[in-house]
Amino acid sequence: MLTALALLVGLLAALGVAALPLARFPSGARTVHGAVAVAGLGLVAGGIGGLLNGPAVMELPFGPPWGPARLALDPLSSWFLLPLGLSVACAGLYAFGGVHGRVAPRELVPWPLFIAGMALTLLAADGFTLLLGFEAMSLASWALVAHDHARAENREAARIYLGFAGYGGLALVLAFGVLAGGAGDVAFAVLREAPPEGLRALAVMLLVLAGAGSKAGLAPLHVWLPLAHPAAPSHVSAVMSGAMTKVALYVLARFLFDLMGPAQPIWMGAPLIALGAASAVIGALRANLEEDSKVLLACSTIENVGLIAIGMGLAVAFRGADLPALAALAAGAALLHTLNHAVFKTLLFLAAGEVLHGALSRQLDRLGGLIHRMPWTAWAALTGAMAAAALPPLSGFASEWLLLQALLAAWRIGDIAFQMGAAAVTALAALAAALAAAAMVRFWGLVFLGRPRTPRAAGAEESGGAVRWALAVPAGLCVVLGLVPGLLLDLAEPALRVMVGTSAPRAGWDAIGAAEGGARYWPLAVALLLAAAVGLAVWVVRRRAPAGVMRGPAWDCGFIAAPPHFPFGDPAAQPSAAGFGQPLRRMLGQGLLSARERVTMPAPGATSPAVLDSGFRDPALAFLEGALPRWRDAAAARAERLRDLSIRQCLGLAFGAVVLMLALLAWMGAR
Amino acid sequence: MAVVWSILAQALHIALILAAAPLLTGVVRWMKARMMGRRGPHVLQPLRDLLKLLRKRPVLAENASAISLAAPYLAAGAAVAAAALVPSFARGMAFAPLADLILVAGLLAVGRVAMALAGMDVGTPFGGLGAAREMSFAALAEPALVVAALSLAILAGTTNLDAIAGSFRDGALGLRVSLGLALVALLAVAIAENARIPVDNPSTHLELTMVHEAMILEASGRHLALWDYAAQMRLLLWLSLLAAVFLPLGQAPAGSAPHWWVVGLAAWLVKIGGLALGLAAFESAIAKMRVFRVPEFLGAALLLGLLGAVLLFVSTGLA
Repeated sequence: MLTALALLVGLLAALGVAALPLARFPSGARTVHGAVAVAGLGLVAGGIGGLLNGPAVMELPFGPPWGPARLALDPLSSWFLLPLGLSVACAGLYAFGGVHGRVAPRELVPWPLFIAGMALTLLAADGFTLLLGFEAMSLASWALVAHDHARAENREAARIYLGFAGYGGLALVLAFGVLAGGAGDVAFAVLREAPPEGLRALAVMLLVLAGAGSKAGLAPLHVWLPLAHPAAPSHVSAVMSGAMTKVALYVLARFLFDLMGPAQPIWMGAPLIALGAASAVIGALRANLEEDSKVLLACSTIENVGLIAIGMGLAVAFRGADLPALAALAAGAALLHTLNHAVFKTLLFLAAGEVLHGALSRQLDRLGGLIHRMPWTAWAALTGAMAAAALPPLSGFASEWLLLQALLAAWRIGDIAFQMGAAAVTALAALAAALAAAAMVRFWGLVFLGRPRTPRAAGAEESGGAVRWALAVPAGLCVVLGLVPGLLLDLAEPALRVMVGTSAPRAGWDAIGAAEGGARYWPLAVALLLAAAVGLAVWVVRRRAPAGVMRGPAWDCGFIAAPPHFPFGDPAAQPSAAGFGQPLRRMLGQGLLSARERVTMPAPGATSPAVLDSGFRDPALAFLEGALPRWRDAAAARAERLRDLSIRQCLGLAFGAVVLMLALLAWMGAR
Repeated sequence: MAVVWSILAQALHIALILAAAPLLTGVVRWMKARMMGRRGPHVLQPLRDLLKLLRKRPVLAENASAISLAAPYLAAGAAVAAAALVPSFARGMAFAPLADLILVAGLLAVGRVAMALAGMDVGTPFGGLGAAREMSFAALAEPALVVAALSLAILAGTTNLDAIAGSFRDGALGLRVSLGLALVALLAVAIAENARIPVDNPSTHLELTMVHEAMILEASGRHLALWDYAAQMRLLLWLSLLAAVFLPLGQAPAGSAPHWWVVGLAAWLVKIGGLALGLAAFESAIAKMRVFRVPEFLGAALLLGLLGAVLLFVSTGLA
């Protein structure tokens, strides 16, 4: 299985190279996208095979100068191959159906390389190979973010993304360095032998949080994500949000649960839980305020990554407190949500891409009423949005139910400070889930319901063929994955053993349970109950009510009738994106996102209009654009003074640096 | 035999809530009218309204989509499904293992989302306004509900409503400050979820701060009947939930013979009647608050719920 996967990665890389000549041919792009879709299916098959067959290891015949590159397929990497493969297969199919004619090589070549990099990261069994894959993923996705570089905001997004990717990669290199210590061997098998303790463990964790956390989009390092994800082509945005963040979370899980050993204390989980809660709330709140469909979805990704991080942090804490069953519960919630989010976010990004294709806009204020013109897209997107809003019996509810159950059991860790923190995080997670529901209603309702807000939206057209399937398949998966979470947890059982040493509390193939004798959730029974209740309502109404409906004009609350050149009524007389977000902007935005809302009234008697000025600013972005450059300039000014040093001082500086390095080496060798 | 009894109890429970939902709304309206010195409509008036609305053919806007047609059925179905899970006169009904508090919240969210989407379907300003406010209030009510559930889950060891009712019924817990705080939090959530005063006014269509009524402004005929019925079912569900968790006295224990059910039924009627009286008195005595005061109202509920949980941590830490 591992050999086949390694071959697949090699073929993807070769496909990236072959895309350069292929891009000249009219059908070249279709070939590449079709091959990528098939490769996605291969990754899924490899993941399932890896979960069923058990671990495998192999050494590649090449590698860094000091030894061969190693690959391994263990249950943890196998599980993460599933979201990657599903996301890639759907996105590849969508691109296959949506592309006609030639595509610029700069858009085509990095695409298979991007996927090969992600797969290599998952399969790596030593630090070098992992970093190689991680950096290939970063660079290839940067090229895709910058593909439309004629527009200034895309250049800006690509620049910020590259900066974050560079510093993130540096943090991961340092994490491996601190983990390996003086010996310098970064093979996972060797690293596992000597798990870090105390300060060293803390340093590794903070570095991994900075490196992998920034790639996953954990606050406060999430700033690049809502800029970069929307700038890429839609199928790439889907994989970046659906799969790339998951690969970063895999690196986080690989360090926290595997390489750092099982004997980590409770508080190792605390930073992850806190950052996860912050990301969940900020991401969900921003998703309610953004006015661009793809930016909105990227913000919702930050929220879901935060929820997964909470689950992982809880699993670390439970494991440290020697509560293996609860650790497996929290880890199971994280793994399940990883898969579910990959599916519904891929679907939502592809739907947003199809809307962009059909109605030529990403702005919510330029869309509307698309359910009439694009029914397939509308219903598929509704399924995904409702799964993202965590409505039973769809997939998002199952994993968020598990996460809430894990949070509700967090008080079993005896430390009172942890208990209070966990209670607050419980409230924040529930707040994030409800905010996500509001954001999804806003997104779907403004895009697909109501009246068209522009002539373009009124004349939108839907693609046929493969694009429909690329939307229908993940929509079906949102339902199916929601109905059989017990089966999925059984499948994830080997991965849970790698993470926390035990399997999750079993509740049968059709149910998930909090603990022995605790609360249970049977999605199939709930779906049947809901269907029966709706059926009852339909039956009663059918029996008593007359069939059919009459149609008439909507009551427009007494507005003056729109002029005849507005065939769909006055666009301003229906809710706008800013208007729909106004309650939450006032309730929560002023505190968390320094949102502002100011009405400037004209002087009494003046005929000028009143002006409403509203907006918000992410504090992390404000820091990035305000305080950070100021500090950089100050540091640069300090460094400038070194030029004026005398020769004696210069030599002293170099000599001091050498002594310091030697002392550091001696200290690390002594430990 | 126990299986047969549990199925029978479940069937009786469903029949009971189906019939009681419009009646409860009628009783609350009548009580409010009496407290305000009016004679008030007949108790059966909501039921008569429903039957009358069912006979009328709905008028839909020209650009209404399938959402307007499907959403009322989904909302009514979700409300009935959720109410079928909340124990009323007996514990150990057939659906008892399903009756998870978070699942009930999820089913209520299904109804809420269906209503918000129906409000946005036609693209009128009022519908969108109501939908935005409803989803925003829910965003604040949900954490308060989950934090109250945290106190219950710590005391009962589970979020299953049947098991919570059972462990509180057996009286092993006694009176606790935390439970009182959780009760206050849940009451606030119940008021917000049911769009009652002071959060929203259930008896008016023409008020600028309306939330619930704004979303169904376009509904008519059988669709309006279903929306109204869903709202009535939600009110019954919340009162029933409060009664099951905080006033478990008289509830027939699991696996008990039918003669206990009569006692349970009488106790349930008394409890729901008492809660309805309390609701009517509260609504008559208090004024509706500004929309942007609602976050403070729900935020206070959230803080009280958190305080209850923290008190539990402190007390178990000392014991």
